Amino acid sequence: MDAPLDRLLARFEERVRVLPALAGQTAVEVAPADLVEVVAFLRDEAGFDVLLDLVGVDRLGHPEAPTPRFEVLYHLKSLAGGARVRVHVPVPDDTLELPSCWRLWHAANWLEREVWDLFGIRFAGHPNLCRILCHHRFEGHALRRDYPIGRRQRLDAPEAFLLTDDPEWA
Amino acid sequence: MVDAHPSHEPVAPALVEVSGLSLPAAITHLPRPDPYLNVEDYEPEADAMALNMGPQHPSTHGVLRLKLFLDGEICFKAVPYVGYLHRGVEKLLENRTAIQSVPYVDKNDYVSPLTGELALVMAYEALLDVEPPPRAQVLRTILMELQRIASHHLWLGTFCLDMGGALGGGSSVFLYNFRERELILDLLEALTGQRMHYNALMVGGNRHDVPPGWEEKVLATMDRVEDRLAEYEAMTVDNHIFRSRTVGVGVLDPLLALEAGAGGANLRASGVDHDLRRDAPYAAYGQVDVRIPVETAGDCYARFLVRIAEMREAIRIVRLLVSGIPEGPIGALKPPRHVNAVKLPPGEVYVGIESPRGELGTYLISDGSPIPVRVKIRPPSLHAVSLLPYLCVGATVSDIVVILGSLDPILGEVDR
Repeated sequence: MDAPLDRLLARFEERVRVLPALAGQTAVEVAPADLVEVVAFLRDEAGFDVLLDLVGVDRLGHPEAPTPRFEVLYHLKSLAGGARVRVHVPVPDDTLELPSCWRLWHAANWLEREVWDLFGIRFAGHPNLCRILCHHRFEGHALRRDYPIGRRQRLDAPEAFLLTDDPEWA
Repeated sequence: MVDAHPSHEPVAPALVEVSGLSLPAAITHLPRPDPYLNVEDYEPEADAMALNMGPQHPSTHGVLRLKLFLDGEICFKAVPYVGYLHRGVEKLLENRTAIQSVPYVDKNDYVSPLTGELALVMAYEALLDVEPPPRAQVLRTILMELQRIASHHLWLGTFCLDMGGALGGGSSVFLYNFRERELILDLLEALTGQRMHYNALMVGGNRHDVPPGWEEKVLATMDRVEDRLAEYEAMTVDNHIFRSRTVGVGVLDPLLALEAGAGGANLRASGVDHDLRRDAPYAAYGQVDVRIPVETAGDCYARFLVRIAEMREAIRIVRLLVSGIPEGPIGALKPPRHVNAVKLPPGEVYVGIESPRGELGTYLISDGSPIPVRVKIRPPSLHAVSLLPYLCVGATVSDIVVILGSLDPILGEVDR
């Protein structure tokens, strides 16, 4: 057992569940309500200073039919120790909303926009939750498993390029 | 004998301890502009205007749109728009087997496609618990470093092109760099048959073995590239115009860089000594002593110096490894006969490698079928572009072009 994980478990006890992970990686699961507290602890007291990535996962069609359907993963890295940890957060099916972490890491700003864009998961408290990769008139969320891979949408609205009538700002 | 860097003398900078890291005090805790500044609240008397840079503009290094709000020529707010090159690579990879996936990631970071391939195949290998044989590992390391030199050559050329006619007539440095990049592409073509989208790696090893005489060609090319590198330094390092365009421009606070997830030379130029090749060795990097260049000024010039030093270091690593490639097979698995040949066990795994632009990661989820449930690519360039709202404020339009170039983003990778 590595030290940061021990400290996390000592601090949060049963609110953090250790998941089985391959290749010596560390993965824990926390409830959405505990998310910000846990990652803030990991950043400020366990030295995980970099939010590497934020991954949305859609489990629709999985043989075990897990609920909730969506999960968001936070990859954290510690520069000084070289350790990495993965925080899995199930997304409530009824609200599809998680708290935003952008005040802890500027990186979360665009990464949360990406998860919103591709999965339709909202982040409460995000300053500007709008699409980042898809066109602003795109309908649906492309990485959901029920979005057909072959569906095309023709989106070439010229007004998107006008400075005065711009629906989005980063 | 004239000192090659009379103006760049190493002076130990004052350091400050922040969460276990020693960071240069002069650029740490810099004031940060508000990226969500309401333009209406900016001084009403100012002669403010909005300027659209991109998406089709040669200095944006791809298809990036920057909306700049200017007071005179000084930018007070910058809004980057990405996504113009979004091709749904992750969606495609969720519908492809391990063998079919590799050519797709080639197109992400099209300036260093091999690093994208390695990040993907290493994730599959970690999931399958397959270790490529030593020959494949050393060959991969050589390929990564050749790719790093080629990538930095393209970066240096376009970076100098951004600065316009000041550097020996506009496109001189640009074209000289393409000359050396061609030599490296020749080596990669001799090995893989391709000059850009190689499809050279596969799960468990490499696809191509070394052709006869390749090692000698590599060594000869390294000599030539190293000689020419000295010429570039002569054209840039002490060039008054180059220095006045880059020194003190686009200073990146290491704390902001960490918070934004920036990596690679952008991070190391701000005094953060971190490189996965040394800190978490993969392929054959454990066999060589990788020296990591670090600068502390955090400006465009420091990023330039780090990349030049990285090219020299890459040449050294290639020379060390190419003379002692171990004998043996280049693949741990039998050559695949059909696309479903690689059976994935259920599980989730993340693998990160040091691409020329920072940590390039792949996160893989499998439920036991030949096609993965989810493939997430962690592009380092996305995090570099997300720094622009902070770095551009207070800079002139001409500096913004240099700042953008110095971050070395590849938009194909940002948008995936």
